[in-house]
Amino acid sequence: MNEPLLEVTGLRKHFPIRGGFLRRRVGEIKAVDGVDLTVRRGETVALVGESGCGKSTTGRTILRLEEPTAGEVVFHHPGRGPVRLESADARMLRAVRPHLQMIFQDPFASLDSRMTVGSIIAEPLLINKAAAGRALKDHVAELLTLVGLRPEHANRYPHAFSGGQRQRIGIARAIALNPDLIVCDEAVSALDVSVQAQILNLLEELQRRLGLAYLFISHDLAAVEHIADRVVVMYVGRIVESGPVEQLYTAPKHPYTEALLAAVPQPDPRVRTRPKLLTGDVPSPANPPSGCYFHPRCPYAQPVCAAETPPVRQVGEDHRSACHFAGALPLAGAAAAVPPAQATS
Amino acid sequence: MRGTVTPRVTGPDRPPTEPENRTMSQSYAAEEGTPAAAPVEVPHGAGDAVLSIRDLEVEFPTQLGVVRALNGVTFDVPRGKVLGIVGESGCGKSVTARAILQIIEKPGRITGGSITLRSVGGETEITGLSPDSARMRELRGREIAMIFQEPMSSLNPVYTIGAQIAEAVLIHQTRNREEAHKRAVEMLRQVGMPHPEAAAASYPHQLSGGMRQRAMIAMALSCNPTVLIADEPTTALDVTTEAQILELIRNVRDRAGMSIMFITHSMGVVAQLCEEVIVMYLGRIVERGSVDDLFYDPKHPYTRALLRSIPRIGRNRKAPLEVIEGSVPDPHTRVAGCPFHPRCPEAIPGRCDTTVPALSTAGPGHTVHCHLYQGDDETGRTEPGEDA
Repeated sequence: MNEPLLEVTGLRKHFPIRGGFLRRRVGEIKAVDGVDLTVRRGETVALVGESGCGKSTTGRTILRLEEPTAGEVVFHHPGRGPVRLESADARMLRAVRPHLQMIFQDPFASLDSRMTVGSIIAEPLLINKAAAGRALKDHVAELLTLVGLRPEHANRYPHAFSGGQRQRIGIARAIALNPDLIVCDEAVSALDVSVQAQILNLLEELQRRLGLAYLFISHDLAAVEHIADRVVVMYVGRIVESGPVEQLYTAPKHPYTEALLAAVPQPDPRVRTRPKLLTGDVPSPANPPSGCYFHPRCPYAQPVCAAETPPVRQVGEDHRSACHFAGALPLAGAAAAVPPAQATS
Repeated sequence: MRGTVTPRVTGPDRPPTEPENRTMSQSYAAEEGTPAAAPVEVPHGAGDAVLSIRDLEVEFPTQLGVVRALNGVTFDVPRGKVLGIVGESGCGKSVTARAILQIIEKPGRITGGSITLRSVGGETEITGLSPDSARMRELRGREIAMIFQEPMSSLNPVYTIGAQIAEAVLIHQTRNREEAHKRAVEMLRQVGMPHPEAAAASYPHQLSGGMRQRAMIAMALSCNPTVLIADEPTTALDVTTEAQILELIRNVRDRAGMSIMFITHSMGVVAQLCEEVIVMYLGRIVERGSVDDLFYDPKHPYTRALLRSIPRIGRNRKAPLEVIEGSVPDPHTRVAGCPFHPRCPEAIPGRCDTTVPALSTAGPGHTVHCHLYQGDDETGRTEPGEDA
């Protein structure tokens, strides 16, 4: 449980901005700008942040769906030992990829509408020669049952399914090869409220049964609190805080985390909060501010924040914050929701 | 049975006689005069409703059959308050909004019911107007304004923000271009746009999502409408931006006393913003009440299940969430009886799957459509039937 599965150090992904007549490189979007994170076997690490903070790019770069600009990604393969993903060649990637899977946000776009559900789920098994013939059919049926669908659904096409059911198909495809890590990129964001809970429960159940680790990319802080063991908060391509979910939610150590938590609308009309509002917008990663990227919006900002990039400090067990005043600020955590009397009856 | 929904009886002993007599053609003034008897209170302002929707039906004929998007929806939008409309995809919340403005996408059309607007200029029956009529065009923007989920697709990319706001002002308020432009900048300032002059001169793509939504709100408010309809205006935004927009909407309500119909699927937003709430499911209203009633005394099994299934910060960490089994049915299938019965844990066989539940009053201003409660028509007053 505690052995590391994935270790990311100094990961960078810069996209060129091209302009002018010759399409020369005129600048860079630093989508991911020096990210360090570790996912241990069987745990869920959530990557949170607002749109454009680089959380999806981080997930995709780890899986080499994007070529990293710099940094190190080490995957601890159960048989081969540590594998450097960022520099792995095509053969190596092919051998490693069955262990690393992904679930996408949009269940309507991520399934081929001209393939039956059975062939969608069988495809990874066929490509990796993991099963064939009768065994393949049985395996697909088993996977469908595992994700809460019925074996006879294998003959239907994706259009016959609702969003939640399609997400289940995407999950069945992701677990087909018995992976160690699944990157869930906003896996529940596009679903209806009543279906979100079903999928969150399914992900947790599969984790228990199959020992999966998740890198759960999301902007939904309530869902993240529910599913994650550890949380990593990103802002404009950098990690501002990371720590165990309980510590980070109750005692955040970065002003941005505090602001994010305060902004979540509580589903309780008797706890009406009017949070301190952040002013302005998320800066563009093409033209980030100096020093701490958060300083123009930070209510606690001091002159040093505009001048120097804050170092990452250890603020608790497994808890880090990139703030000049980490630990010195009186930051509030998320208000614990009062249980509505009826909702629990 | 039209119009039985809105006036509610608060006195415990008083049978609701008025509702039976009320017809939808009665005017705003007449209604104010009717309740001579003191105990009749009109909890969420049936007498002071800016919009009264009665038995509204909307159909979309498609190749696979007719989709009944709205199956007799009846409610009032109270003056000066925020009415929340919640529900999952396909429940008809956006169609309701579009029906009010008569901008339902073709081939959809209103097939029954009425929509009455009570504004300064008097009473208008919207369903009686042709969607293309001059009066309808006058209403849109001037009396009823709407903001949409995705501001990028509702703003014209080739005109500046200022020009687009000024256009609305020119149509409805003044003929003077300079004045219209000044008004546009002033509106941008009012919605908290930093550098309003520069924002007025910029094109939609030059602004961030939150700023575009501010521009949309500025445009909607520029003609000082009676009702503002907001269709998921914060769904596409980040939480910190969402908090800013919600604060802005609160200010609009408080300062301008505007009546707001706020459509959302987020229970958190409802709890934080709305005074009254309507819960919809598959083209019908299942429950209506004050926001406190809805969260602390929900009656309909769907409302209860919805509240239980949302992850809440600080609670049920790592414990399985309670779920509603199944998913929202395909719009082409027609569910007999109560639309929720196939997913309802408390469904009564032979009843819920055959008969559409009538309206039951659960308390002042709190109504529910569910067979677990005896309908108002049967007893006049409702006691919870076999409530768990």
